[in-house]
Amino acid sequence: MNEVTITIDGLQITAKEGTTVLQAALDNGLYIPSLCNHPDLVPAGLCRVCIVKMDDWKIAISCKLPVKEGMVISTEDPEVQQIRKNTVELLIANHPMTCLTCESDSNCELQRVAHYVGITPDSLKRYRRSVRSIPMDTSNPFFDIDPSKCIMCGICVRTCDELQNINAIDYGLRGVASIITTLGNKPIADSRCESCGECVVRCPVAALAPKDTLQPMREVKSVCTYCGVGCGVLLGVRGDKIVGVRGDKENPVNRGSLCVKGRYGYKFINHPDRLKTPLVRKDGKLVEATWEEAMNRIEAKFSQHKGEQFAALASARITNEDNYLIQKFTRAVMGTNNIDHCARL
Amino acid sequence: MAGLATALGSGAMSNSINEIGGAKTILAIGTNTTQAHPVIALEVKKAARNGTNLIVVNPKKIDLCRHATMHIQQRPGTDVSLLMGMLRTIVDEGLADTDFIEKHCDNYDEFIASLAEFDLDSVEKITGVPKGQITKAARMYASNGPASILYCMGITQHSHGTDNVWAISNLALVTGNIGKKSTGVNPLRGQNNVQGSCDMGALPEFYTGYQKVDNPESQKKFEAAWGVNLSPKVGLTHAEIFDRIYDDKIKSLYLVGENPVLSEVDANHAIAAMEKLNFLVVQDIFLTETAEMADVVLPAATFAEKDGTFVNTERRVQRVRQAIAPAGDSKADWKIVCEIAKTMGASGFDFSDPQEIMKEIVSVTPSYGGITYERIEEVGLQWPCPDKDHPGTPTLHTERFATANGKAKLIALSFRDSAELPDEEYPLMLTTDRSLFHYHTGSMTRRVDGLDQLHSEELLKINPEDAAALGIVEDEMVQISSRRGQTTVKTKFTGICPPGLVSMTFHFAESPVNVLTNAALDPVAKIPETKVCAVRVEKIS
Repeated sequence: MNEVTITIDGLQITAKEGTTVLQAALDNGLYIPSLCNHPDLVPAGLCRVCIVKMDDWKIAISCKLPVKEGMVISTEDPEVQQIRKNTVELLIANHPMTCLTCESDSNCELQRVAHYVGITPDSLKRYRRSVRSIPMDTSNPFFDIDPSKCIMCGICVRTCDELQNINAIDYGLRGVASIITTLGNKPIADSRCESCGECVVRCPVAALAPKDTLQPMREVKSVCTYCGVGCGVLLGVRGDKIVGVRGDKENPVNRGSLCVKGRYGYKFINHPDRLKTPLVRKDGKLVEATWEEAMNRIEAKFSQHKGEQFAALASARITNEDNYLIQKFTRAVMGTNNIDHCARL
Repeated sequence: MAGLATALGSGAMSNSINEIGGAKTILAIGTNTTQAHPVIALEVKKAARNGTNLIVVNPKKIDLCRHATMHIQQRPGTDVSLLMGMLRTIVDEGLADTDFIEKHCDNYDEFIASLAEFDLDSVEKITGVPKGQITKAARMYASNGPASILYCMGITQHSHGTDNVWAISNLALVTGNIGKKSTGVNPLRGQNNVQGSCDMGALPEFYTGYQKVDNPESQKKFEAAWGVNLSPKVGLTHAEIFDRIYDDKIKSLYLVGENPVLSEVDANHAIAAMEKLNFLVVQDIFLTETAEMADVVLPAATFAEKDGTFVNTERRVQRVRQAIAPAGDSKADWKIVCEIAKTMGASGFDFSDPQEIMKEIVSVTPSYGGITYERIEEVGLQWPCPDKDHPGTPTLHTERFATANGKAKLIALSFRDSAELPDEEYPLMLTTDRSLFHYHTGSMTRRVDGLDQLHSEELLKINPEDAAALGIVEDEMVQISSRRGQTTVKTKFTGICPPGLVSMTFHFAESPVNVLTNAALDPVAKIPETKVCAVRVEKIS
């Protein structure tokens, strides 16, 4: 694809033909504030925060503006600054000011944009009345919806549509009452939502926020344990517990996407029901035993039943290395090829 | 797997997940992709949105139908007839890729002769699909390449599952839709490492990498590698093992990470068999319904508590990493096996970590020859990967098929109906499926509160027409029985199932569907027929 050269605030940058001014700026490490833009989604041009001025004195939204050879762009023109600030002030006018306890604190696009465009307590006074108060939807077991924090960027709606093709949510109601909601304004749990959480991870504020808010102290790159797709995951660890799972964007299989089981189905790992010691049957009952006791029992019986009297069923749930050793044990030690697993189920 | 190996030389997915989007036509047959493989479903839905023809073939009106160009709703168990009917149209209308067939396929004449049975009038009668739809689908698939076929257990879990698979490979071969990007015959594997377990030789007829146990050369090779004498006698399959236990021939069973009390077809038979065992060892992460029957239960570590590799459905070997220490005294499965072997005085089980085991695997498995933990540190490799410089193989069969003469085999087929069909006594047909929110017998997902909240109990999906005839109301607990067993279940009225067909998942111990299912086996693959059996639904008096 051809490259073009454009000038942003006096700085010449090159960009691939067909990209937008916003994308070209971000690719070159230049920040243009925006709220409704997301790299995975088609630009929507809804928030009007990413406006720039072109050399013909027209104001344009940079997320929808294709780069053109020789284009000269200003992001700091006084008129741009004025309109942009006004837009952000209006967005914050009824936004809750509970940042410190908010799930998205320090990871919030609205905070970032507000700081960048220079919102001050004084400048807010003009528009600020009361906080928009709409009841939260807590019906989903994995995430909450707080419409009071919503900035109507539509990233969730477009994620559900463009990426997931599920279309569980859309804009609803009218005018100042507008919210993002489900068909018939029902709780999300009663909608066609599949709880994949893709909208939650993309929400720029905390209108969509996970119920489990414990942040991991480290992350470990691995592979999901459920179906055969083999999505790359980052297991979030805190102490000796798994506290969250993120999709691995570097993995070529899922490129960051996960389903409901992959993202939220991790609590079985630290479940109190986990088997923590060997059990052996004594007087008809399974009782706790040492590994040595269990091994001795196994040795006594397995050595009586070598060959045709023995069979092993390995598992499609465990690793290659585990499976390899089970078939090696069955063949080399027990002397039989009676080894299979649950592939057929 | 056995079916594909005969036809194409390899039983695995021929193409890669990221090629799905490049197909001009996708035929999704016997796969409820949005429920069972949600992230692959994203690719399919995206492709359909971008203009790819999506043909969904499924007796049920599954969610994927919303995105489909056309939905073919065949009578369950009639896939061979439908696919051969499509092939008949393709051949009759000159849409076959004759160059490809000549260069790459054997057995053409015999295959063509077998098409005689599949005139469209007969096919329409057998499948219940109007002729016009069959020809439309045939033309769409044959004329809009690259075309990719995705399938799953809806194809394989039949007493004629291998025939189903062969009908699929025939369709791809006759139209030359194989060996190129975005084409292929793509079985979607159900469990995280089912591909790997097969690769590793957890199968009665194969060592690792599909080296046959009854091939003297393979036997010699493994005898040398392991320093023991090995049996050339092919072992027993899953279902045969339970039969042999029942006949008191097998005395000890070592069962790892599986819950046959719920997952085994005709579960009552499996339970009766296990009760007869002299010695049962179960190795698992929870005290499953099956573990409760064991003589010794060994606590295993979860995937988050050990290192190793999984192989995904597209043959990609990926690294699994330990994130936390194993719970309590539980241990990684490989460590447990080593301990058992060493307690029994065996040598060859002194491994200090999974990487050492992988080195041994690689040394005896040609298709894994180039795989090392270093190479798959960031991104996994797709086998075959025969040497250190090989980049892995995203697309199979690009030059030749992995058969003895390099050619694929077209297979002559005739239609066989399912082993058990509805009759007066058991008038409804039962099929099984999966829920997005649960996994297999639910031992993991039912312990995740949120997932159990989103789908908390088994629901018998039944068409309102059938329900009305039975005089039952929605949410009513009913009794469902087959010739093999019975259970109770709550009903859900839905148009997903056509009249005459009901459907259940196998995730819920409270309503174990596998006491009903039929253990009729496919003669080649030995897969049981969980997708079709006859049942009766009644009010609980």
